[in-house]
Amino acid sequence: MARRDERWQIRVRGLNKTFGPQHVLRGVDLDIERGKTNIIIGGSGQGKSVLMKHLMGLLKPDSGQIWVDGVDVVPFKDAEMTKLRRKYGMVFQYAALFDSMNVVENIAFPLLERYSLPKAEVMERVRDLLRRLDLADVPGIEQKFPPELSGGQRKRVGLARALIDRPEILLYDEPTTGLDPVATKNVDEMIQRTAHDFGVTSVVISHDMASTFRIGDRISMLHGGKIIVTGTAAEVIRSPLPALREFVETSGLVAAGAPS
Amino acid sequence: MTAPSSVDGSPGGAVQSRAVAVAKSLLDAAVTPVRGALNYAGERALLLAAAIGGLFRRPFRLRLFLEQMEFVGVGSLPIICFVGFFSGAVSAQQAIAALRIFNQERFVGATVGISLAQELAPVFTALMITARAGSGMATELGSMRITEQIDALTTFAVDPIQYLITPRIVATVLMMPIMTMVFNIVGLIGAYGYSIYLEHIDLGQFLEQFRYWTDPKDYIIGCTKAAVFGVTLSVAACYQGFYVRGGAKEVGLATTGAVVAGSVSVLVSDFFLIDIFHILWPYNS
Repeated sequence: MARRDERWQIRVRGLNKTFGPQHVLRGVDLDIERGKTNIIIGGSGQGKSVLMKHLMGLLKPDSGQIWVDGVDVVPFKDAEMTKLRRKYGMVFQYAALFDSMNVVENIAFPLLERYSLPKAEVMERVRDLLRRLDLADVPGIEQKFPPELSGGQRKRVGLARALIDRPEILLYDEPTTGLDPVATKNVDEMIQRTAHDFGVTSVVISHDMASTFRIGDRISMLHGGKIIVTGTAAEVIRSPLPALREFVETSGLVAAGAPS
Repeated sequence: MTAPSSVDGSPGGAVQSRAVAVAKSLLDAAVTPVRGALNYAGERALLLAAAIGGLFRRPFRLRLFLEQMEFVGVGSLPIICFVGFFSGAVSAQQAIAALRIFNQERFVGATVGISLAQELAPVFTALMITARAGSGMATELGSMRITEQIDALTTFAVDPIQYLITPRIVATVLMMPIMTMVFNIVGLIGAYGYSIYLEHIDLGQFLEQFRYWTDPKDYIIGCTKAAVFGVTLSVAACYQGFYVRGGAKEVGLATTGAVVAGSVSVLVSDFFLIDIFHILWPYNS
């Protein structure tokens, strides 16, 4: 594992995390496939967000290893952690745009914080992303503040902010939760197009079954603090495990050839 | 029915372990509030320490400091002037009413000058700034917390305390003495207006007694207090907002809590500061 693996960009082994009396992660083993859309599903409060924060280094586990491109990042200190974070871009559920800044300032924020680039180059990269995410046509978009944007626009600005420093791995925290079916489809397409156009590895947390099976290359289910099933969509939907069956069936999905 | 017994089963041991249990619960009742108070103060001290640490690390974001100074100071000017003017007038009114008993109304300039400088200006300014800027800070930080903006900062390897809290505390500490002096000036104008035009105190006497009895030390005391209040009120407000958990309701509670905690911290530290300054500068100097 201490070698860059061409297929698995992130490998998690034996991750444990406790918050006070709650033992949230109980020995999680997970593999994230390079360049693919990896989806982690599970019930609310099962620890999906906690797991994702560990991948980014926002939380430190009680025990376990997280191998990113062949290096165990758990013992990383501040300086190395800062460097590691540049590999990631994170898209929050409600975009988490900075209210005090306009669209351009939000998108440019990672560049302005990390590097001292000439203003012209920063603006060029911001405008390029606005074009690629279909935001350039919105009149006055550059000067608008987050409260003036629609939900879909906010998500795309959040995505632009996550993409501007060319990350290798994009983390999406419940991108379609709470959206109507059309908006959900738009977000799914955005995730797929981003993966295709920008060549990133996507890690998506979701409990939206329809989206998951529509766009997921690799699906893993977190239940009881462990990953209980992992595989391609076709493999996972046929799994007989009760927790998974309940999830699939109550969402109204019926898989051809699934055991009843 | 058997008597309660201790581990070794002897009745004497039972009485002993009972006494120990009672002693323990008495000790607990005494220690818990003390531990609670220390906990409370300690958590805020840790936040202050982290914020101060942020001052000495790159990057130095001057723009953030200036923005906060504008919010806390310049933005509070109108209310400071308004409250200052009327506080000065009321202070003069009370002073004259008391001095009248001894036929010494001519000293109103002196009494108002000293009480404004040492007490009224720093304390009232701090309370006004707590109400306005303190509540604003708590609301803004709390809203940022519940909309995950603070988490977002962390994902960009920005230290949220250095980015958000340090500028707010520094701005408040710097602006408090300045606003206190504004309060002093406007307060004196109010006192002057009341004394000369409504009570017909002699203008020459008012100014001369003011000049004679107020010293630079009064203003030094006032501005030092103001700076200390700036620390306590901004730490109280920032702590409440930064550590909010929940939704809009909790942000509202945090804002209320910030104003209450900030105000109480000002009044309590005022008491301790008075004693400290009294030791340094006894009354008859």
